[in-house]
Order: sequence, then C-alpha cells, then structure tokens
Amino acid sequence: MGPLALTPVSAYLDHAATTPMRPEAIDAMLPFLDVRFANPSGAHRMARDARRAIDDARDVVAEIVGARPGEVVFTSGGTESDNLAVFGAGRAGAPGLTASHGTVVCSAVEHHAVLDPVIALGGRTVGVDAAGRLDLDHLAAVLEAEATRAAAGESAGVRLVSIMAANNEVGTVQPLAEAAEIVRHLAPAAVLHTDAVQAFCWTDVAELTSVADLVSLSAHKFGGPKGVGVLVVRDGVALSPRQIGGGQERGHRSGTQNVPGIVAAGVAARLSADGRSSEVERTTKLRDRLLDGLVASVPGLVETGAVAGPGGPDRSGRVAGTAHVCIEGVESEALLFLLERSEVYASAASSCSSGAMETSHVLEAMAVPAELRGGSLRLSLGWSTTDTEIDHALAVVPPAVERLRAGGL
Amino acid sequence: MSGGVDSSVAAAMLDEKGHEVVGVTLKLWGGDSDSGCCSVSDVDDARRVADQLGVEHLVFNFGDDFTTHVVGPYVADHAAGLTPNPCIECNRHLKFDRLLRRADVLGFDAVATGHHARIERVGPAGEPRIVRGVDGHKDQSYVIHMLTGPQLERVLLPIGGLTKDEVRARAVELGMRTADKPDSQDVCFISHTGGGRSTFLGARIPLRPGRLVDAAGAEVGTVEAVELVTVGQRRGLGLGGDGEPRYAVSVDVPSATVVVGAADELLVGAESLAGVVWADDAARGTALAGVGITAQASAHGSPIEVAGVVVGGGPADDQSHLVVHWAAPQRRVAPGQSVVLYEGDTVLGGGTVTR
Repeated sequence: MGPLALTPVSAYLDHAATTPMRPEAIDAMLPFLDVRFANPSGAHRMARDARRAIDDARDVVAEIVGARPGEVVFTSGGTESDNLAVFGAGRAGAPGLTASHGTVVCSAVEHHAVLDPVIALGGRTVGVDAAGRLDLDHLAAVLEAEATRAAAGESAGVRLVSIMAANNEVGTVQPLAEAAEIVRHLAPAAVLHTDAVQAFCWTDVAELTSVADLVSLSAHKFGGPKGVGVLVVRDGVALSPRQIGGGQERGHRSGTQNVPGIVAAGVAARLSADGRSSEVERTTKLRDRLLDGLVASVPGLVETGAVAGPGGPDRSGRVAGTAHVCIEGVESEALLFLLERSEVYASAASSCSSGAMETSHVLEAMAVPAELRGGSLRLSLGWSTTDTEIDHALAVVPPAVERLRAGGL
Repeated sequence: MSGGVDSSVAAAMLDEKGHEVVGVTLKLWGGDSDSGCCSVSDVDDARRVADQLGVEHLVFNFGDDFTTHVVGPYVADHAAGLTPNPCIECNRHLKFDRLLRRADVLGFDAVATGHHARIERVGPAGEPRIVRGVDGHKDQSYVIHMLTGPQLERVLLPIGGLTKDEVRARAVELGMRTADKPDSQDVCFISHTGGGRSTFLGARIPLRPGRLVDAAGAEVGTVEAVELVTVGQRRGLGLGGDGEPRYAVSVDVPSATVVVGAADELLVGAESLAGVVWADDAARGTALAGVGITAQASAHGSPIEVAGVVVGGGPADDQSHLVVHWAAPQRRVAPGQSVVLYEGDTVLGGGTVTR
C-alpha cells in the first residue's frame, strides 16, 4: 500500500485547540505593533492612548462576561489565568505556593492548567459520570469530608473549588449553578473558580459563570491572538498574585500589557459574542451532520459519553463545536497521521511538550473502557468551519479507519 | 530518531537518496529519568534535525508497551537475580515490532534506524542478514540480532558502512546540531544523575543484603544488595586488597547468597540459551553445522570461538533452547544476557542465557 494521496481540500477540525484569528481582530491590532506602540503604564499622552485601547477592550470583555471592567485582569492566556486562580485564590498578599493555606478541589476532568496546580497543592478531585458531567453528590461528599478535617484542626478548610464551564475534550457543559449551591452550603469560605475557556464561544458566559468568583478565558479560543487571556476577579475576592512588580492590572498581574494582543482580543470577543446565537445554530447543524454521518458509516464508532434522548442522542449537554468519538480497533496516533495525509486536521487527548500523545484523564474519569480510549478522536468546529470541510471529513475518516483495521496495529 | 548523531545522519542519508522520509521519535518513558535518551530535549533535537532536513517529524507514545516489555521485565529480572539487557528487549518489542507494524499500517515501506550495522543479502539463497558495522568499536549487530527475514526485508540501516568518525564528520558537514552530542551510554530510563540503577530498582523492589561465600560455603563477605550483583563482577564485592581477584560466580536471590571464586572458577565449557531466534532456517542450519561459528556474549564483547551448537537443554521438544559449546573454556555469561551467534561477520541468531 502506498501513502494516501494529498487532496486539494482541507478540513481544519481542531478549533478547540485554537481557532483562526478574526480578520477584524488582526486589522485592529496592527497599528499597535507599529505607530501606537507606547507602554500603557506611562504618564504621557502616547501612553494614555495605549491605556485607553486596552481599557476599551477591557470594557468589551467585562460586558460580555458579566463583570465590572475593574474585575477583568488581562493575562498571557488561559493557563496563566488558571494558575493565578488556583495558586492565589482565597489568600491575600505576597505570592507563595503553600498547601497550608487551605485545600483546593477541582473536577477530575479539568484541563491540566487547573488539574496540575491542584495536584501540586495536594488537592482533591471530584468525579464525573459517564457523560463527563460533574458528580454533584461526590462534590458534596468531598466538601463535607474536608469540613470535618478542618473542624478537627487537620486543615485550614477548602480555599478554592474549580469546576470548568465546558470540557475541552468532550465538550460537556458543567452544572455550575448547582455546584455553586453546594459550595455555598458546604464550603462557604471557598472561592469558586471556573475555567470558561471552552465555553466562551458557545454559551451565554455571563449567565453561566455568574455564580463564580473567578473566571478564566483565553483569547485564541475565540478568534483572538495567542498570548492573551483573562481572569475575572470579582470585587472582594482575595487573590495573591503570581507576578509582582509594576502593579499593573490592579496589582493582580504585574507586567507591561500585551497591548496589540489585548486590542485584538477585545475585537474578537465582540464578534464572537454578537454572532453567538447564529453561530451556535449553524455549528450545531454541521457538528450533528458530522457525528451522525460518522456513526452511520463507521462500524464500532461511538459518540463518547453519549446521552440517549427520545429521538436519538441528546447532545444538549455539550457545546456545539465538539464532536468526540471513540473508535474500536484503531490507535489515535495512527489515525491522526492518516487523516493528516488527507488534510483532515484533528486531535485526540492532549499532547505533552514532546509532541507525543498522552492518555486522556478525561476519558478515564468518564470510565470509557481502555480499548475504546485508545481510539479516541476529537473533531472540533469553529466560526470558519464550512459544509465542504464536513463533507471532506466524512469522506476521509471511514476509509482511514478501514485501512488501519485491515493492516492490524 | 533518538536525537542522537547516528539517527540524524541516517535520516539525512536516506533523504539525500530521494526517499520520502518521516522522522519518528518514540516516547517510551516519562518517569523519573528525563535525562536519559529520548528526554524532552532529545525530542527537540530530533525535531530540529528533521526540520533542518525538511522532513516531517512525529512522536509516537509507546510508553505502555515499553513498561510492559522493557521496564517491567528489567525490574522483575533483577528481583530474580538475572542480568537483563533492556535495549535488546526494546529492539525486540518496540523498535522492530510495534514500530514496524505501525509503519506498515501507515503505508510506509521500511523503518530505518541509526544502528551501526548493515543488512546484506549474504544468505545462501540471497536472504537478508545482519552484518557487523564496519566500525568494530561501535558495531551494534549484537543488540539487533533478533530480526528475522520478514523484518529484515523492511528495515534499513544506512550508517553501518561508516565509521563513527565518518558519521560525525557527515553531521558536521550537514551543520547538524547533534554533530558533537555524546553517545548515550546508560539505560535510557535510568537517570545517571539520580542515583542510577540502585536508586531506580530500590524504589521498586526490596534490595536485600547478601552473603558472599566461597566454593566450600564459607562466608567471606557481604554485599548491600544481592539483586544488584552480576555474575562475573569483581568490583563492588568488598573483596579487594591482597590475594588473587575474586569474582561473583553465581547469584541466588532467594537465599541471598553469592558464590565467589577465582577467575578459573568462572570458566565453563558451554552455555545454555533459551528463546533462541534465527535469521532464517538456513542460518539455523549453518549454526548447527558448527563450522566457523563465533559468538558474542555482551554488547561490546569480542567474538568467542564456538566448538558446536546443539538444540536442547530445555524442556523436551522445545526447539528454542540451545547449548553452545565453547572451543576453549570461557567465563560464565550472566544469566539474562544474550549470546549471539555469527558466521564471520554475519548474524545467524541468538538467545538468552539461562542459569
């Protein structure tokens, strides 16, 4: 068998990893790379011009996310926002990594940018069901257990609970309002953080995250540039900064702001939010056609953690842009390579810094059987996805799977 | 592509010849050692060499199989008093098995590596065989001896015809960043900076003190960890000083006893091998005919003259057992190590030494 032929059409189906920048956002940022280059921290008029530009972006993000402008902190991205939240929440004062300041709790399906800090702090995780949805009873049990430990003087109590708004691998939307209720009752002193990075494009993020004290966002997931993120820090929430120095961002995050990036992020956020309802409708149709088509044409392919509905799968608990499947008898790495040869770009689980695929902690937490986990495939859609790309993916995936099965692994 | 100079040059040579080359680095171990071979920085080196050559670079995560077939047995063998060669098991199960199958299913024609060895059609009917690399000091035919005909048809070893100096010179010519990178010496999953083998094993199996006894059974010393003693070892037994050198002659982990003796007590006339693999049937026939056969009993050992090779020594009817008779008495080979049989410079096959 020779290598698959390259085709002129491509299908980029990895929008959950990153999505193309909106052209308007690119245009908006260019002057700030060029003539409007001043440092917003300065006192003179050129500095104030740059300051105004980032504050305008701040206003836009604040309105979309349901916060006051002063509550919007710009960071270098979702990972920095998550780290800032987990390490710093509930403590005031100088930065420092200490587990003694209180326990941190998160869901078992968080992105590594939340999970790894929680584990580094000796924190606890809360399980999910087979659909990837937070197990609220387990959350209550964990918080009760921690309250007992605190009462016995064994710990300082729960400092932070972090539950993502939508999962980056399978797209499950989490029951934040219910979780917040439980936290309010069982760990009233705890700060509630939500990583809303994957939810921004697809949900009314102001409504969804209104219960949270801290909210993380990432610009390159909604058509902005890489290198810009947001942490919403509600007034009155104690947050020890990771980065101190010049005192920018109200002392929450020192460092000269990425003016061009922030300006672009504001433009992208506006476009994303304004077009959201129609985008969700459009994307849902494309995603459903893709998923239904794959289920019909590839034997041994299942929608990961699917929830049965009266007339077919109930995908209402997932964001519109994610189609995650598990395929028997194939290895994700091999499948992705064949797909790439036919210009279908997708992913499975996460990659480590070497570029190798790691096993998915999300699929494990959902109790997906090992044989299926090995054949996971995430196809994620975005604002630039077209019908033609879906057609192409539907044409490429089934023969690729067949080829892998025929060749043995 | 391990990130080392050998595989870098091998990739360059194939690319120059006009083959469609894709560089692959195997992610095998992410454990305590990220400083051995194929660490994150090694993957970076491999990727940048590939970038320089203009070839695609992929990373395959075979960590699960590596744990099952290489690290797990390495630990278990030590607990049983054997001396495994994990590189041989990695070649046997990962590089020339799983990777070869992955290459097949993706539509590739061959897997190439930077091993110092050659594949030539020198079998009696033109069958492909492994032949020692031209650089005697660097020859690695020993660690890839297990490849059989069907595998040999799909493996390429581009640098076997070059000396190490020539390989490095090619790398320098090509402006490769790995040109003066030192060869990796140790087991790839054990950090040489983190306490080495004893720390690695000590974290996984109990390491128990052992008694050193002479042939008569009299105790002559002790060792801290009987599981770390290798047959043939002289240093580290605490038996230095006056008198003639003494060596570990046999190791019995259950009784935590090491029998030590003088050099002549290590000599044996034959070795028993299990799990023997042959390049092909003709190679097996040649070995059993016993004419002009030599053996190599360690990664850098010199060829040993063989008097004869006889099937047997294992369970009845088990054809994968052999007894190799030395032409002259030889020091015992540590059980767990491989003995590879050659006709001249050509590999015929090999197996693992049993007790």
